[in-house]
Amino acid sequence: MDGVKLHAFWASPFSARVIWALKIKGIPFEHIEEDLPNKSALLLQYNPVHKKIPVLVHGPRPVCESMVIVEYLEETWPQHPLLPTDPHKRAVARFWVKFIEDKSPNVWMVYRTVGEEQEKARRDSSEMLSILEEHGPNKGKKFFGGDSINIVDIAFGGVALWMGAMEEVSGCKMFDAAKLPRLNAWIANFKSSPVIAENLPDRGKLCDHLARLREKRLSSSTSK
Amino acid sequence: MAEEVILLDFWPSPFAMRVGIALREKGVEFDLREEDLSNKSPLLLKMNPVHKKVPVLVHNGKPVCESLVIVEYIDETWVRRCPLLPSDPYERACARFWADYVETKTYSAARKVWPSTGEAQEVAKKEFIECLKVLEGELGDKAYFGGERFGYVDVSLVPLYSWFYALEASANFSVAEECPKLVAWAKRCMQRESVAKSLPDQYKVYEYMLELKKKIRAQ
Repeated sequence: MDGVKLHAFWASPFSARVIWALKIKGIPFEHIEEDLPNKSALLLQYNPVHKKIPVLVHGPRPVCESMVIVEYLEETWPQHPLLPTDPHKRAVARFWVKFIEDKSPNVWMVYRTVGEEQEKARRDSSEMLSILEEHGPNKGKKFFGGDSINIVDIAFGGVALWMGAMEEVSGCKMFDAAKLPRLNAWIANFKSSPVIAENLPDRGKLCDHLARLREKRLSSSTSK
Repeated sequence: MAEEVILLDFWPSPFAMRVGIALREKGVEFDLREEDLSNKSPLLLKMNPVHKKVPVLVHNGKPVCESLVIVEYIDETWVRRCPLLPSDPYERACARFWADYVETKTYSAARKVWPSTGEAQEVAKKEFIECLKVLEGELGDKAYFGGERFGYVDVSLVPLYSWFYALEASANFSVAEECPKLVAWAKRCMQRESVAKSLPDQYKVYEYMLELKKKIRAQ
């Protein structure tokens, strides 16, 4: 079978999602670390539309967008399934992945902005979490996928496990553990899963990196 | 077993149109229920408690929400006729990538064009045209986005065609001038019964947009 390469970035939650899916399925791959200020020519060739990581390259063919890649892995390597077989249950899982993808940019906005813009993003992020807490398909279960991690866990993991660092760096709280007991328990379960625990960036290193990026972004926007 | 298929719809919604197209491509008998968005039905609120939005497909009492999720569900449930996604995983990934581009870039750009004015509208228009050009580039000389067969990406994008006149009139531009191949593709899709039956008349949409603009200004 053709080899698998992943163009990734250590601090990116999007490449983390793909790494988790690869590791859960036991798919061997070559990790190619991109230096994001200096994107490789290959990356730009593989993803001319967005010019972003992650990009999975299977043989000669690139696949882009983290959750599109996860669905591709699911369909190409069916072991350790990340989606159920029943069409309705699959639709429910995909609904929640879309929900997370639509609402999670608010989390990145909290970290990227200040003032009123940040406050709105914080409120929208909190609303996303409340909805997941109330309606999420993990009621009484360890993961969104039941006893094992599924596509929804992977999607949300890329948001939830970066939220703490973003809160620390921006000084803006989004996750109120007292109001989100189920999600809080989910985070503990997810983080303690060996594949996840072994494939997370160092918290201190991540905070330093995010702090530097935030400072750069805020100072360049005020100097306009 | 008797199938009960209900589509909770709103006629100007391009998202709801996607589902109508998919159901009609598959020859599925369904009950089309038009929602009054200012007075949402109890069924809608029960079946989509998270967003309270259309479209919602209710299949034998079970709800499916989010238009592209519904289209995939339809493809996986009614398998015998007109596959919308290709069977090869790599081609499926390409289809999903482009449907995502349509959804997250193109539709969101379109949404900013008609309510805005002045400089903001010029920026929004430029962004929207740019998205259409990228899509036109991807289409190339193919009949449809997936090649010879009408499929998932076509379903995701073609409903926007019913909004072209409204967008052009509000921002003073012509999609046909900017992206002639894309308009040719849309007209090709419109020759399919599923698309012709699911897309409203462009002038009707234009009038709807004018009404909406009035309401926004009054607020």
